[in-house]
Amino acid sequence: MKNSRRSFIKIAGLAALGIGSKPVLNAFAMAEEHGAGAKAATHVGEKALAAKQWGMVIDTRKLEKESDFAPIIAACHDAHNVPNMKEKRHEIKWIWQEDYKHVFAEMESKYLNERVEKLPLLVLCNHCENPSCVRACPTQATFKRADGIVMMDFHRCIGCRFCMAACPYGSRSFNFQDPRPFIDSKKFNPEFPTRMRGVVEKCNFCSERLAVGKLPACVEASKGAIVFGDLEDPASDVRKMLKSNYTIRRKPALGTSPAVYYIV
Amino acid sequence: MNDKKWIIAGLLLFTVVVLSPVLWNAFKTPTPPEPVLSAKAKAAGYCVLAKDQMKAGHMQILDVWRDAVVRQGERVYKSTNGKEFNMSLSSGENSCIGCHTSKVEFCDKCHNYTSVRPYCWDCHNAPKEAM
Repeated sequence: MKNSRRSFIKIAGLAALGIGSKPVLNAFAMAEEHGAGAKAATHVGEKALAAKQWGMVIDTRKLEKESDFAPIIAACHDAHNVPNMKEKRHEIKWIWQEDYKHVFAEMESKYLNERVEKLPLLVLCNHCENPSCVRACPTQATFKRADGIVMMDFHRCIGCRFCMAACPYGSRSFNFQDPRPFIDSKKFNPEFPTRMRGVVEKCNFCSERLAVGKLPACVEASKGAIVFGDLEDPASDVRKMLKSNYTIRRKPALGTSPAVYYIV
Repeated sequence: MNDKKWIIAGLLLFTVVVLSPVLWNAFKTPTPPEPVLSAKAKAAGYCVLAKDQMKAGHMQILDVWRDAVVRQGERVYKSTNGKEFNMSLSSGENSCIGCHTSKVEFCDKCHNYTSVRPYCWDCHNAPKEAM
């Protein structure tokens, strides 16, 4: 008698657990369905530009004065709501101007050509073929897309800044504070989201513009000084430029294989 | 032992005070808010999914969409009735906010009632409206 009561309670308990778990399982199954349903129906837009490895050639012969740089930088920063921080240590930048001696520090020479010595250069994320930032990111918030763009997924970024330590080019900026008050309200672009405090940001090769068939904002504003295209396609504009000009890349010895080339 | 009445009275008072929020709402029938559909959404008459599916699963859709857009570069959604949508919360005519033009009247109504605080709008741009 004693034994059978015990087993009855055991079975009753199991049965109660089974009945109780049914709605929970149903809820999970529903969630799966919603997810799968939405996934199956998504696709890349018809006008989207495609490539195996997007790349860029910057012709420094066409970029010499301050007035050549300002509109390019403004075009990018206005399109992406990049804030203008007052303090230098909080600065956020996607594309900016830098001296030759800093950009190509390892190419230092005692007696450098006068033009090159004073040459201002346009620098941005190199969208490396072998990006060190992607290997450093613990959450895969930064990752390499199939078209070669090194993207940031701001939803996933936890703000650990490992990617900033890993990037040899200083291409990444951290939002130490809410960037919204520092965005010029007159130039605000409602089409592009801002960032929040605690995430890292950088150039995205205008993936949002490529998706609708437009070239990056900086390329459009450069009046031909920047050429953009597929590095894997021998017939592309960038490959033609690379074939007919001597170009250099930043810190090639590190093996990151930058996709941004400079004609000096 | 002579303070029995005081202790019981005090305990009763304490119970009433502690339970006051519960008692206050016990006999009220809560009226869940109805999100207000914008004229544009009403005119369109359909969303990316059926209304009850959207009610139950809009958060999963948004989650799948953000991964598809950011990670796969897939930005167009074809709904079961063949309409195509721009998979974006806040950019352009064909996005969520392009149709549901008011965040305050549409999103916030239910989110505030259920005390849900998604962080979408920390980055995505909410439409300008009088608060």
